[in-house]
Amino acid sequence: MFGKLSFAAIPHDPIQAGGAASIVLGVLATLAAITYFKKWTWLWKEWITTVDHKKIGVMYIIVALIMLLRGFTDAGMMRLQLAISAGNNHGFLTPDHYNQIFTAHGVIMIFFMAMPLMFGLFNLIVPLQIGARDVAFPFLNSLSFWLFVVGAGLVNMSLVIGEFAATGWLAYPPLSELNYSPGVGMDYYIWAIQITGIGSLLTGINFFATIMKMRAPGMNLMKMPIFTWTALCSNILVMMAFPVLTATLGMLFMDRFFGFHFFTSDLGGNAMMYVNLIWVWGHPEVYILVLPAFGVFSEVAATFAQKRLFGYNSMVWATAAITLLSALVWAHHFFTMGAGGNVNAVFGIATMIISIPTGVKIFNWLFTLFRGRIIFGTPVFWLIGFLLTFTLGGMTGVMLSVPAADFQFHNSMFLIAHFHNTIIGGVVFGYFAGFAYWFPKVMGFKLYEPLGRIAFFHWIIGFFVTFIPLYVVGLMGMTRRISHYEIASGWQPWLQVSMFGVMIIGGGVGFQLLQIAYSVWKRKELADTTGDPWNGRTLEWSTSSPAPFYNFAVIPQVTTRDAFWEQKQQRRAGVREAIVFQDIHMPKNTPLGFMIAMAAGLIGFALVWHIIWLALLGFMAAMTFIIVRSFDEDTEYYVPAAEVARIEAKFAEGT
Amino acid sequence: MRNKIIIFLSISFAALVLNACNVAVFDTKGLIAAKQANLIVTSVLLMLIVVIPVIVLTFFFAYRYRASNTKAKYTPEWEHSTILEIVWWTIPIIIIAILAVITWKSSHELDPYRPLESSIKPIEIEVVALEWKWLFIYPEQGIASVNLAQFPVNVPISFKITAQAPMNSFWIPRLAGQIYAMEGMQTKLHVIANVPGSYEGVSANFSGEGFNGMKFIARASTAAEFSSWVDSIKHSTDILTQERYNTLAKPSSDDSVHTFSSVREGLFMDIMMQYMEPACEHQAVPCNMPRQCCKRHTQD
Repeated sequence: MFGKLSFAAIPHDPIQAGGAASIVLGVLATLAAITYFKKWTWLWKEWITTVDHKKIGVMYIIVALIMLLRGFTDAGMMRLQLAISAGNNHGFLTPDHYNQIFTAHGVIMIFFMAMPLMFGLFNLIVPLQIGARDVAFPFLNSLSFWLFVVGAGLVNMSLVIGEFAATGWLAYPPLSELNYSPGVGMDYYIWAIQITGIGSLLTGINFFATIMKMRAPGMNLMKMPIFTWTALCSNILVMMAFPVLTATLGMLFMDRFFGFHFFTSDLGGNAMMYVNLIWVWGHPEVYILVLPAFGVFSEVAATFAQKRLFGYNSMVWATAAITLLSALVWAHHFFTMGAGGNVNAVFGIATMIISIPTGVKIFNWLFTLFRGRIIFGTPVFWLIGFLLTFTLGGMTGVMLSVPAADFQFHNSMFLIAHFHNTIIGGVVFGYFAGFAYWFPKVMGFKLYEPLGRIAFFHWIIGFFVTFIPLYVVGLMGMTRRISHYEIASGWQPWLQVSMFGVMIIGGGVGFQLLQIAYSVWKRKELADTTGDPWNGRTLEWSTSSPAPFYNFAVIPQVTTRDAFWEQKQQRRAGVREAIVFQDIHMPKNTPLGFMIAMAAGLIGFALVWHIIWLALLGFMAAMTFIIVRSFDEDTEYYVPAAEVARIEAKFAEGT
Repeated sequence: MRNKIIIFLSISFAALVLNACNVAVFDTKGLIAAKQANLIVTSVLLMLIVVIPVIVLTFFFAYRYRASNTKAKYTPEWEHSTILEIVWWTIPIIIIAILAVITWKSSHELDPYRPLESSIKPIEIEVVALEWKWLFIYPEQGIASVNLAQFPVNVPISFKITAQAPMNSFWIPRLAGQIYAMEGMQTKLHVIANVPGSYEGVSANFSGEGFNGMKFIARASTAAEFSSWVDSIKHSTDILTQERYNTLAKPSSDDSVHTFSSVREGLFMDIMMQYMEPACEHQAVPCNMPRQCCKRHTQD
């Protein structure tokens, strides 16, 4: 009746049970609070059924920040374990538990922290930046978001019911096959990623269509803001890479569920095929994440240096070159699989070629600052931190791209330090810069700057204290994913320094939370009544903060880059365009995106535990909801011009 | 309390400095690792040509063009300079071109499959990654050992590597870079040790619960010591029969060093071929491997 599910699935180990209890209590407390404050109707009408890209963006970022806390807790546990687990001391985690933690850390940080933070920023800003009223497919957007939430839910559910995969975040077979991993942890891994991955793919399609088809009149491709350019390239990569991920995990699922032999060692299966396929997705994935961060920094550099972005054309071509190259270098993740000199050299050289356009971008940012008037807002601190750390990460990346040298780095802590160097220094710093930069546009008040600066200094100092020691122990021969080592190795002092670094980063996270809470408390003083708190250059600053639900009362006409900057110049020169409000066509809210995603979650949970009838039930439900939606023709409505005029007048009063 | 912290920090710092000679990748004891270390240093130096100016310029521009410094030049509309952009497209291209040539040459020269040039006949060692220990078979000497590989210095060693376990990676940092160990596959690694000593060998690829203990010792000794080591093993009692191998292959971790005075003929090949269905059907190899197709075969 319930497949493999029984009461034995509840964790008994005290540490795991503690984790499970904290999740259960957290969920219960949230539900209780919603009930106590009678917020259920509000939650349903305003958020769960919404198709407004700005609200979906806010929800993406909230869930991503919660997942950041979970992933960061995992990181802290790993560093603590490694700081103490030498010689006779075996630390406080069993190897199996430790293996689940580093697997969960990787999966959560990439799929459930970085990706949603990125999609959150896309949702908040891309339509505003191109002068559109919504994304191309608002319903699909809601569905994508809820599919991601269901995936995140499954990962966290594994902590309470059952276990998570203990295979590493990319789950190489044959370790991830039934033979070596018979437990449900691997199945949670597969279904959490499958469901969220489909959501990511749909978002990629959605934003590609939005950027290609919904730009304001006059905004041709070479007039798009750079953040939109990077979002476009990132979504092209999403559309290219995520189907490969879905197919690969689909095959792994068939191996495990139906006894197929795609990746098993015997009967013609081949694990090396999986390793290739997963990196055909996995390498573009890191560029999917980092390109939008590059976009954020381009916007931040120009805005805060109060100067045009230097070398726009170079930036666009560099972004396009990186996009193309990122799809051609996947084999550098396994030079050590024995492909031979020619293959390794070709992939190695292709990899180091990526550093050329990346280097060009760095110089363009530097020369955007050159002869500017730099206002040191928090985003600029992140920009400078990024330039320093990412350059170092880029250097170690080129070191790794030389195959014969990689044989000495591969899978060592040096590699771990390298990719954290680029992901924290590039992706995380970039998204935090974007968060601080666009926060007032979304919420209507600025973040309190002094706390943001304190958080930044914790992050950057903590980063170097944590990861420089990891570079060193990597060169000392320490491999990744071990949970215990000998004292004679000499690694322990370095690992203790590293743990100290994580505590500093923890301080950074704490100050960020404090900054948000304090800013909410002081939102009256920090309010942005102009809609343009930074003297911005692009269209998102031309509307009120927070933007009205229809974004633009009148769709802007674009003639140049930095369209809003130009508008402001003209207004100063006394040019005023006559405003004629018209009816605005908007999509209606719908609960079906939420419901389809919940049904998908049911299928995932049922297949994890081999409860076939429940999987069929989930499938039937999902199909029914999809059919209901496709026959629903009442999905749009008009906002009368008078209503638009009323809302705009209210904003004009404030300024 | 504060004193304690200071003492703790200074001890830690001293420990860090003393550790410097512990950096395995640069503390090389063999030709291959030495060449790899050189390659690493070369690539770093080449990259520093760009990295150092970037770091200096970042600090300099951020300080010089701060908004409060109204003396600095301000050109809000300046957005393009063909000459400057040509400069920073060209310099990285030149650096990467140099590095690409180095990469092409070194990828072939240091290809782990390429036999080392030497007048001395190489010693062949077959390596099997098991759950979670390393089995070394010496086909010419007819002996085997667990978690210990001994070989003479200045003699090329040819490792042939397979697995009956999740994917592992065979790595002796002081002697040479790593290569994967995979079920049903044979990879190769050519190594030479130039300094006698015992060096840590590890698995660099995560292979499951007992991964922490997936370690071995690579002992480079004089030729005489090597032959007396072989002789002493020949006199030991345990022999690696098929049954003994099947017991050995059962999961265990942190195994102590163990030796076998003889090994069943063709064991390495059979371990690798057990995953090949046609071989089982045609009985080209004896069907006595514990797993996979042979299990199916015996069930039929």
